[in-house]
Amino acid sequence: MTAIRDSKVFAIFVLVLVLIVVWYVGAVLLNWGVVTDRFSRDGATHSLTDIVLTTLSYTRPVLPAPHQVAVDLWNTTLTLAPSNKRSLLYHAWITLSATLLGFVMGTVLGVVLALFIVLNQAASRSLMPWIIASQTVPILAVAPVIVVLTYNVLTGQNAVAQLLHLDADAAQLISKAVIATYLSFFPVVVGMVKGLRSPETIQLDLMRTYNATTTQTVWLLRWPTAVPFLFASMKVAVAASLVGAIVAELPTGAVSGLGARLLIGSYNGQMVQIWSVLLLSAILAGLLVLAVGIVERLVVARMGARPA
Amino acid sequence: MTAVVSAKNLGLTFRTNDGDVVALSDVNLEVQPGEFVSFIGPSGCGKTTFLRVIADLEQPTSGTISVNGMTPEAARKSRSYGYVFQAPALFPWRTIEKNVALPLEIMGHSDAERKARIARTLELVNLTGFERKFPWQLSGGMQQRASIARALAFDADLLLMDEPFGALDEIVRDHLNSELLKLFAATKKTIAFVTHSIPEAVYLSTKIVVMSPRPGRVTDIIDSTLPAERPLEIRETPEFLEIAHRVREGLRAGHSYEQS
Repeated sequence: MTAIRDSKVFAIFVLVLVLIVVWYVGAVLLNWGVVTDRFSRDGATHSLTDIVLTTLSYTRPVLPAPHQVAVDLWNTTLTLAPSNKRSLLYHAWITLSATLLGFVMGTVLGVVLALFIVLNQAASRSLMPWIIASQTVPILAVAPVIVVLTYNVLTGQNAVAQLLHLDADAAQLISKAVIATYLSFFPVVVGMVKGLRSPETIQLDLMRTYNATTTQTVWLLRWPTAVPFLFASMKVAVAASLVGAIVAELPTGAVSGLGARLLIGSYNGQMVQIWSVLLLSAILAGLLVLAVGIVERLVVARMGARPA
Repeated sequence: MTAVVSAKNLGLTFRTNDGDVVALSDVNLEVQPGEFVSFIGPSGCGKTTFLRVIADLEQPTSGTISVNGMTPEAARKSRSYGYVFQAPALFPWRTIEKNVALPLEIMGHSDAERKARIARTLELVNLTGFERKFPWQLSGGMQQRASIARALAFDADLLLMDEPFGALDEIVRDHLNSELLKLFAATKKTIAFVTHSIPEAVYLSTKIVVMSPRPGRVTDIIDSTLPAERPLEIRETPEFLEIAHRVREGLRAGHSYEQS
């Protein structure tokens, strides 16, 4: 057991090491042109070591070296107060809140649609094509439309806005969460349709011999059988939700959030900033999937699963 | 006394893409209260289909059938029978006691009532002490006993058993057969039991229905002359062997072995 775990850690360590080496080599190669270009304009001759070292510490690199990104990430997260608007943690929280809200809404929507599809013949034939079509729409193109529309509905002069009385921040959060929902409900629908249909015939027959109602069959049999499917889909959904929240911040003139930082970084040609945001998003996605995995393990253990 | 099951000219034809398959043809049968009726025959003889028709899990295409004087649907809706399937079909996320509680939850029994019934039925199948175990922690034979407890929990007078011990080894099977006879004596239920084992059918039954395939039909109905008290050794007696012989003859008459 320990040997396996050790070897797993070792394998991940090696993989990370290889990736970092590849990244360094890539940084040298990709920045080579810019650096030699600048050096030739200076007129002075430079040694090979000079050129290589400069490619790894250039202030406006094509591809920043890993340590540059690490330093930037360190400086923008751990050395600043999280409430500071220059802190990436502040922006990460803005994005994370939209991600989580969208994830919850997407999961609920996905489960409701799946229940509808599994329990209703007509729905199963008519809904699925639309659901699949919804995912073929390029999200980057429709995101601004949806975000602006949602924001206006929530804050404008209409019955919904008057009923909800939301401030601008909340409206912004929800309008971003809608995109996260849009991306995250899909894996949940697909997984849960499969999961809710996964009880064995013999188990469904058993419920029939008890003259169980549809609700009882769903609650006592279909739902528990679908739980492993739910968690598998939720792992995909939570990552998709993060992508959705970031995409929602990109083209909509948002000033805070990871998406906004990405966009500002790209306007200013700040590759280091872009890469630290990317790295932070990756870490965030990893943590979110991990969190779902931990909840899964707790739930599965409670449901009496045989220990592996 | 009304018959528990009464079938007249019962037929069932499955429509498939390869044409019609006659699963049951012209079955006439009466099961009286307190009988232990075994249905025996090779695969494809319609014995399981007949049990499923009684349980309203399949619809007959001709003839009539009544269960407790009602249509099978009405009988199912009034929870007149407990069904034991070929596999235990326990819900793996429920403990043994929760599995036995399943029909009781569905039928809306109170907490106290549930507890009492769980204790009573688990004792009947000798599983006291395993209430908190999950199904995977039990052997195959114990799992099937738990599924019998579940079928007994809501006190239906009719127990339908579809090859419940088919997947178990012979030693476990012998043991469960004698347990089942004790249970039959203790609960005074009517039992319809599907099997493809001649000794099992003869050992358990008060009445043996021999069936043959293509089309599924009844070829012989044998009333057992064995006493109610049946130790396992009874299987060596001439009386037992004689009934077994008649069952075998009935199976042969259906040309079942030549065809399969």
